[in-house]
Amino acid sequence: MADIQSFTLNFGPQHPAAHGVLRLVLEMDGEVVQKADPHIGLLHRATEKLAESKTFNQSIGYMDRLDYASMMCNEHAYVLAVERLLGVQVPLRAQFIRVMFDEITRLLNHLMWLGAHGLDIGAMTMFLYCFREREDLMDAYEAVSGTRMHATYYRPGGVYRDLPDTMPRYAPSKFRSKREIDRLNEARAGSLLDFLQDFTERFPKCVDEYETLLTDNRIWKQRTVNIGIVTPERAKALGFTGPCLRGSGIAWDLRKKQPYEVYDRVEFDIPVGVNGDCYDRYLVRVEEMRQSNRIIRQCIDWLRHNPGPVVVTDHKVSPPRRVEMKGDMESLIHHFKLATEGYSVPAGEVYAAVEAPKGEFGVWLVSDGANKPYRLKARAPGFAHLSAMEEMVRGHMLADVVAVIGTLDIVFGEIDR
Amino acid sequence: MSETATDTPAPTPSRLEVLAATIGAVCGERALRIASISQELTFEVAPAHLLDVCRQLRDDPRLLFETLADLSGIDYLTFGMDEWNTHTATNAGFSRGVAGLDDIDAPAVPMERRFAVVYHLLSVTLNQRVRLRSYCDAGEPPMTDSVVEVWPGANWFEREAFDLYGILFRGHPDLRRILTDYGFIGHPFRKDFPLIGHVEVRYDPEKQRVVYEPVSIEARTLVPRVIRDDHRYEPALHGRVTSAPGKPNG
Repeated sequence: MADIQSFTLNFGPQHPAAHGVLRLVLEMDGEVVQKADPHIGLLHRATEKLAESKTFNQSIGYMDRLDYASMMCNEHAYVLAVERLLGVQVPLRAQFIRVMFDEITRLLNHLMWLGAHGLDIGAMTMFLYCFREREDLMDAYEAVSGTRMHATYYRPGGVYRDLPDTMPRYAPSKFRSKREIDRLNEARAGSLLDFLQDFTERFPKCVDEYETLLTDNRIWKQRTVNIGIVTPERAKALGFTGPCLRGSGIAWDLRKKQPYEVYDRVEFDIPVGVNGDCYDRYLVRVEEMRQSNRIIRQCIDWLRHNPGPVVVTDHKVSPPRRVEMKGDMESLIHHFKLATEGYSVPAGEVYAAVEAPKGEFGVWLVSDGANKPYRLKARAPGFAHLSAMEEMVRGHMLADVVAVIGTLDIVFGEIDR
Repeated sequence: MSETATDTPAPTPSRLEVLAATIGAVCGERALRIASISQELTFEVAPAHLLDVCRQLRDDPRLLFETLADLSGIDYLTFGMDEWNTHTATNAGFSRGVAGLDDIDAPAVPMERRFAVVYHLLSVTLNQRVRLRSYCDAGEPPMTDSVVEVWPGANWFEREAFDLYGILFRGHPDLRRILTDYGFIGHPFRKDFPLIGHVEVRYDPEKQRVVYEPVSIEARTLVPRVIRDDHRYEPALHGRVTSAPGKPNG
C-alpha cells in the first residue's frame, strides 16, 4: 500500500469558487477534508466604525455595499432601525414600494446565487441564463434610483422618490440592428410598473427553464444530494436563518412570522426542505423565486391603483422638495440643517431585522441622542453560515467544499463588513 | 402562561409583557429588566450569572431561545459626549469649533461600565426575541464568560468581539483575531482607537515587499457630533417603556 500523505491546502483567496476573498486552510487526508479553517476579513472595511463618524443618512450608501448582491434589503434593515428609534410612520405607498423592491432584490440575489453556484459545480449555461434576467431587474433599479447596484433608494421615512413613469430605453447603436433594438425596447415603452408587469409574466417560464436544466439533472443531483447535511436542531444552534434554515425543514420566515412593512397584506408561501442538504436548499431558493414573483405581482396591482406620498412630510427627517425651497425660508433652513448636520435621533437602542435573501439581516443601532449612531452592528446572515462551514465539509471530498461554499450563498461584503 | 404574567389583574397583558414576566420568573434577580423601545425587551445580566441565565433561557420550555441571532461588543467610553456645544452661547454666538473626542480626559463612564457584550436571542419555536447586556469585568483586558458551550454559533461572534474590542472570553475554544489583518496591533472598534488607524501599508520596490508605516493622513471631522434635546422625542409620546426599573440606557 502506497503512503498516503495528509497535507494542508490553501484554497483562495484568489480562487474563483471562493466567491470573493475567502481564504480556506484545509487539512486533507488524501481527497477527504479533515479540518477546514476559513480565514475571513480580507474585505473588512470597518463599515460599522465608519458609520459612527457619519450622520444617519450618510451611512445608507454603505449598507448597499455590505451584501452587494442584495443591496436594498440591507438598506431596509438600516432605515427600519432608524425609523423605529425616531418613531416615524412610513406612508403606505412607500411600504409597498419597499416590499416590491425587497422581492426584486431577492430575485437578483437568488439569480446571482443560482448562476454562480451552477458555474461552480459544472453547469455553465445557468450563469448566462440567470444574468439575462438579472439585467432586466438591474434596469428596474436604475430606473428608480439612477444606479444599477448601489441604489441608496430607501430613506428613513420612506423612499427617495416615487416610481418613474418612463423606463430608460436602448439607444440606436451600430452594434445592434434596428429590429434588435425595437425588440429590446418593446417592454420599455410604458412606466416602470408596466416593465415589471411584463417581467413577472415572463419570469415563471424562465424559472421553468432553470429547473429543466438542473432539478432532474443527474450530475447536479450527484453533486448536491446528501452533501452538507444540517439537522434542524443543529441549524438553530448554529444561528442559521433564511433558506439555509428552511432547507433543514423549519418553516421560519421573518416576512411571515414577524411581518414588517406590508408583508402581512400580500400572499405567499414559505417553501421548506426535508433533508437539509445542498439539493434541498437549491429547491427552496428556486421556489422562493416563484413566490417573490407572486409578491411583486400583488405589489404592482396595488401600486397602480393607489397613488400617494412616498416619504414622510416631516422635514426634520426628510428634506423638503426643491421647488418649496425656492420660495419658502423655512424649507430652506430645513434643507440646510439636514444637509449640514443631519437629524438627531433620540437615545436608545433598537434591533431591526429583515428577511434578506440570505437570511436574517439585522441592524443593532445604539444612539445616545446625537446626529450619528453611537454603535451600529450589522448582523450578517452569511457570517453565521460561514462559521458553520467547517462542520458541514468535514469528511466530505475536496470537490464538495465548492458545493458547500456555493450552497451557503456567501458574499464577503456582509461577512467581512 | 397568563397567570405568571402579572400580579395585579391587568386586561390581557401583551405577549411582550408575558415574556418579560416569564423571564423575570425564571431568572429572578439575576436578570434586570431595563428600559427599551416598545416591542423590544432588554435584560441586564451580571457576568457572574451569565452562563446560568443563558442556559435557562435556552432550555426553559416557555422560553426556548435556541438561537443566538447576534453577539456584539460595545465600548461606552464616549457615550453621550458631543463635539459641539449647543446648550450655552458666548457673546460670539454658539460654538462653531469642533472639539475632537480624541483626547478624552474625562470618560463618560467608569471602567466597569465601559465594555459590554450584547446578545440578541431568538426563539424560532416560540417566535420571540430578547436582548441581554452583560458588562465585562473591569480591568484590562476586559473579560467575560464565553457562551460557545450554550450556543455553538457564538464562536465567530466572540472572536469578532475579541478582535474589535479586545474582550477576552473565558472558555472560548479558539480565540483568534478574525476580521483584522494578520499581525494587527490594537482593537480598532474601541472608541479611543482613531478612525484613520495607526499604520498604513504600501509596496516598497526597494525592499520588494509590503511595508507598514505610520499613517500620513490627518484625522478630520466633516460633520461634528451634535446632541440635541428634542421634545418631540419624549419617550411618553412614543410608547417607550419608562416604568421599567433601571436607568434608560443606550
